[in-house]
Amino acid sequence: MAATLPPPRLLPSGDSAVTVEFSRTIDDAANERVLALDKALAASPIDGITETVPTYRSLLVHYDPGKIGFDALGEKLLALASQPLPPPAKARRWRIPVAYGGEHGIDLEDVAKTLNTTPDDVVARHVAGDYRVAMIGFTPGWSYLSGLDKSLHMSRRQNPRLLTPAGTISIGGVQAGIQCLAAPSGWHLLGRTPVRTYQLHRNPTFLTEPGDRVTFFAIDHKTFEEQDRAAEAGEIIAERVDA
Amino acid sequence: MSRLIVASIGPASSVQDGGRHGAQRYGLTVSGAMDRLALAAANTLVGNDPFAAAVEIGPFGATFTARDGAVRIAIAGAPRNADIGGRPMAMDNSVTLKDGETLTLGFARGGAFTYLAIEGAIKGEPVFGSLAVNARAGLGSPYPRPLQAGDEFIVDAASGAPELRIELPKPVSGPIRVVLGPQDDEFDDANKALFLGSEWKISATSDRMGYRLEGPAIKHLHGHNIVSDGTVNGSIQVPGNGAPIALMMDRGTSGGYPKIATVITADVGRLAQISAGTGFRFKAVTMAEAQDEARKFQQLIGTLPDRLRSSDTVELNIEALSDANVAGYAVSAMDAGTWQVTAEP
Repeated sequence: MAATLPPPRLLPSGDSAVTVEFSRTIDDAANERVLALDKALAASPIDGITETVPTYRSLLVHYDPGKIGFDALGEKLLALASQPLPPPAKARRWRIPVAYGGEHGIDLEDVAKTLNTTPDDVVARHVAGDYRVAMIGFTPGWSYLSGLDKSLHMSRRQNPRLLTPAGTISIGGVQAGIQCLAAPSGWHLLGRTPVRTYQLHRNPTFLTEPGDRVTFFAIDHKTFEEQDRAAEAGEIIAERVDA
Repeated sequence: MSRLIVASIGPASSVQDGGRHGAQRYGLTVSGAMDRLALAAANTLVGNDPFAAAVEIGPFGATFTARDGAVRIAIAGAPRNADIGGRPMAMDNSVTLKDGETLTLGFARGGAFTYLAIEGAIKGEPVFGSLAVNARAGLGSPYPRPLQAGDEFIVDAASGAPELRIELPKPVSGPIRVVLGPQDDEFDDANKALFLGSEWKISATSDRMGYRLEGPAIKHLHGHNIVSDGTVNGSIQVPGNGAPIALMMDRGTSGGYPKIATVITADVGRLAQISAGTGFRFKAVTMAEAQDEARKFQQLIGTLPDRLRSSDTVELNIEALSDANVAGYAVSAMDAGTWQVTAEP
């Protein structure tokens, strides 16, 4: 039962932020508690909190020490965090197209070799996964996913690449990811999606939210080119399938 | 309307304001001025909101020319030689550039970032309430990248308000203060003592995203991988090689290395102004002390308008100019008492 989980720890992050840590490992149950606390704070705001950042296992709470002190805020956060979890909200579900391999997924062959299997099999295992958006961070729209098939867990690259393409679909450690913008990365690149999880002048600007569910499906590289052009023009390419 | 033309500018210069808040949960970095006090001082001198958009000028020189009318500006932050057509301009002062006149700024002396505020502020298209440039994400306005020669700002014509100087308190000296955590328990007492007891230097490879610190290697208790969690301005993370990185304004919103300590809000700007190669130390303070300093810092920014003086009251001779520069932000972050004047005579 969620209510019997140990209480979270308060970790000071300087004088203007506090980390409310529910777990030290990647754990969907802890992540649900993170998101529940985040929602509870949105529903009944505490004066002085300026911004919250949910992650896999903790909620980072930015606040104004001119309005509330560490001790008073900590007490309120722990009280809110110890409330029983609300019944789970229906998650939004996205189907995300991916052009695997070739120039779009330059590590697919190597990943297959490492696992003693074929690229097609790696793709099959990747598309079979039912993923959860555990957090968004590092760069705009980068969605960190839990739910990667255990057989695909592998160390990150020894030498991180200084630049990987926008739309990269990759795996690293126990995580899968959707990367929106070009960025440095030490993960293994399996493919690219035309989906923009972040697009400045589009409504909505951000597509994914922590708690969303994601599945992938393969498209050919020609479809990628077509959808990429449509996405550039502001079309939302991801299919929403929960409604 | 007048125009202010960027006639020449070094790298690491961009438009910055108080930062982009409210979208870190989507991975949008905060960005904003590396030295918030200096930004606020420059803006206050020309009657702007303290955190309005201004030009953040990196360590190298720059020149700006007024066109189509006069432009009222002010400079604060890392001290530099500044002149308008051979006429010296003091730090922490406003001045009106007449149509066609050029402001020439030299290299930063004893600091890294100088702020050029423009009366009426820089105009652009805000994203999440901010014009602050994050070059990596292509965010910011009117130019979502570092500034280049030939860029120009469309600005209000100078109001003709009297020129002002601002009397800032003597800069804080002594070590850069930190609060331990959030992952100080990933380090044993000896390594925490090593972090707090050593002299550090900022590596030349540092930028607005992070300051790499050169000094002894800090060892982790249980390896360097933690599950990624949130970061703040001033987070000091220790990657696998043991060389700490202080995360600055363009930091990623999350990171996967243990964070041994966090620079207090009041000292993030002081750290930002330490130039590469200059030695400094850290000192741990209590949360109560850190929050007290944060409130004093807020209060100082709120009361900057009370510190404005008519610039006529200072004669612009070399001595006064040098004093004005010293009263800027030249940083001493060694042990208290080793404050040194770095301005040239």
